[in-house]
Amino acid sequence: MRAIGDALVTPSSERQERNLYPHAGFDVWKIREDFPILKQEVHGHRLVYLDNAATAQKPQAVIDALVHYYTADNSNVHRGVHSLSERATNAYEETRAKIKRHINAAESREIVFARGTTECINLVANSYGRANVQADDEVIISAMEHHSNIVPWQMLCEERGARLRVVPINDDGEMIIEEFEKLLNSRTKIVSVVHVSNSLGTINPVRQIIEMAHDWNALVFIDGAQAAPHLKIDVRELDCDFYAFSSHKMFGPTGIGILYGKAELLEAMPPYQGGGDMIRSVTFEETTYNTIPHKFEAGTPNIAATIGFGAAVDYLNDIGFDPIAAYEHELLAYGTEALSEVPGVRLIGTAREKAAVLAFVMEDIHPHDIGTILDRQGIAVRTGHHCAQPVMDRFKIPATVRASLAFYNTTEEIDALIAGLHKVKEVFG
Amino acid sequence: MTDIEDLYQEVILDHTKRPRNFREMENASCKAEGYNPLCGDKVTIYLKMEDDRVTDISFKGAGCAISTASASIMTESLKGKTRAEVESLFNTFHGLVTGEPRASQEAADLGKLAVFSGVSEYPVRVKCATLAWHTLLSSLKGSREAVSTE
Ligand SMILES: Cc1ncc(COP(=O)(O)O)c(C=O)c1O
Repeated sequence: MRAIGDALVTPSSERQERNLYPHAGFDVWKIREDFPILKQEVHGHRLVYLDNAATAQKPQAVIDALVHYYTADNSNVHRGVHSLSERATNAYEETRAKIKRHINAAESREIVFARGTTECINLVANSYGRANVQADDEVIISAMEHHSNIVPWQMLCEERGARLRVVPINDDGEMIIEEFEKLLNSRTKIVSVVHVSNSLGTINPVRQIIEMAHDWNALVFIDGAQAAPHLKIDVRELDCDFYAFSSHKMFGPTGIGILYGKAELLEAMPPYQGGGDMIRSVTFEETTYNTIPHKFEAGTPNIAATIGFGAAVDYLNDIGFDPIAAYEHELLAYGTEALSEVPGVRLIGTAREKAAVLAFVMEDIHPHDIGTILDRQGIAVRTGHHCAQPVMDRFKIPATVRASLAFYNTTEEIDALIAGLHKVKEVFG
Repeated sequence: MTDIEDLYQEVILDHTKRPRNFREMENASCKAEGYNPLCGDKVTIYLKMEDDRVTDISFKGAGCAISTASASIMTESLKGKTRAEVESLFNTFHGLVTGEPRASQEAADLGKLAVFSGVSEYPVRVKCATLAWHTLLSSLKGSREAVSTE
C-alpha cells in the first residue's frame, strides 16, 4: 500500500483491505501521474486536494494544450486569412465540435462559449428571460441552488414584476418533487435547477423535472457545473432546453464554459452583449447579427482556455465516464462510512442519489477552524457556505466543511482527512 | 513552519468555550454589528461610555474560535479605557496579528491580547481576529451601518 505523505497515520486497515484496489482497470496511481500539481507538499505534508467542487486540478494534457497554443498557434480567431489564425480558429471550433459530441447535442451551433456557468445563466436570464418573462409570470428554482442560479433570476423577476418560486428540500437534501409539482402552473415560464448540488452532492432527477415542466410549457435550464465532472450528459435524452457547465470544474482551464441551448430557442433570442464577432454587418443605422452561436460570442474569446477545455474533454473520455463514476462511487461510500465513525461528525446532505461530495459539521467546532487545522496537515477542503447560504439556513448551520472528491483521490487520502479530524479534536481538547 | 498549537493557544480555546462578557446589554450607549462573509462570523458589540471611558462592554454572536476568543478577550481588556487608549490598543493589536516588525516590542503593552501573535502566520485568519475590533471602533464612531470585513 502506498501512503500519502506523513499525514497518514494507521489507516483503518479493515476498510482499506476491502477497498484497496476496488477497480481492476482503474489505476488511480497511474492517473495521479497525469496531475503534476498533486506531487507537491504543503506545510511539509503531501498535498491532499479535496476541494474539487471549487475547482479541479489540470492534467498535463490540458497544460500542454495551453503551452502548445501559445507557443505555436497564438492568433485571433474568425478574423485572419493567415495560417496562424486558421490554425487557432480550427482548434477553437474543434472544441465546440468535441463538446457537441460529448453532450450529444444535435448541432455544433447549439454550443455557445461563455466565461463559465455563471455567465451562461446571466445570458439566458437577460436574453431569453427579458424577452419572454412578463409581469405575474413565474420562475422556479430550488432551495439548493448556488447563488449564481438564484441572483440572475431574482434580478429578472424584480425587473419584470415576476415571481420567483422556490422548491423546498427535505432533511436529506433532496428536492421535494411533490412540492415542485404544486408550484408548476400556466404562469411558470422558466424552471432553473441544479443537476448536482455543490453544497450537498444531491443528484436531482432532472429528467423527471424537465418532463414535468414541459407539461406546463415551461422551459428548463439545468445548471450542470457540478454534474459535468462526474456524469456523462446527454442533452437530447434529457430534453433540457438549456444546459451549462464550466471548464475549470472538469479539469480544464478557468475562464471558459458552455451554454447548450436548443437551436430554435437560441435563434429566437436577442443578443446578450454587442461587439465584434457577434455581427454580420454594422452601419450606424443598422446592425444585422451573426448566426448562432456567434451571435452570443461578442469580442475576442478566451481562445487558449477553449482549446485547453477541448483537451480536458478528450482526457475525460479517454478514461471513460463509466469507470470514473464507478470509482467515485466507491470513494464516496468509503468516505461516508469513515466520516460517520468519527464521533460528533454530522453529514449534511445524505441524498440517496449523490455525487462525491462529503459536507459535514463536527461538534460545535467552527468549520473555519477545522479548515485551518486540516490545511496545516496539507489537506485542502472548503469551509463556509459554499455560495449556498439558503442551504445553510435550511440546515440551521452557519457553514460546513466540504470534502469534494475527484477520480484522482484515493482511500488513503480519505484516511488522511479522518486523521486530520482527530487532530482537530485533539487541539480543541 | 509553526505548530497549529501556536494559533490555538490554551487561553484562546478557553475563551472560545467560555466567552466572557457574552451577553446583550440594555441601555448600551452604543451598539454595532459586524459580519465576516468569508466564514459567516457575526458579532454584536455593546458599549457603555461615561466621560469618554468604557464603563461596560459586552458582545453576542456566533463565529469561529479565533473571532469568538478575540471578542471575549477584547471585552476584558477594554474596561476602564479611554477612547484614545482603545484606539491605540487596536493599532498595536493590529500590528501584532498582521506581523508588523515593530509589533513584538509593543506586545508587552497588550497583556492577554498577546496570545493572538500566532495569527500573523495565518493571513486568512486576520479578519477573524480583528472583526470584533473593527465593529467596536465603528460603534465608537457611532456608525449605524453593519461592519463587514470585505
Ligand atoms: C452548482 C454550481 N453552479 C454554478 C457555479 C458557478 O460556476 P462558475 O463560478 O464557474 O461560473 C458553481 C461553482 O461553484 C456551482 O457549484
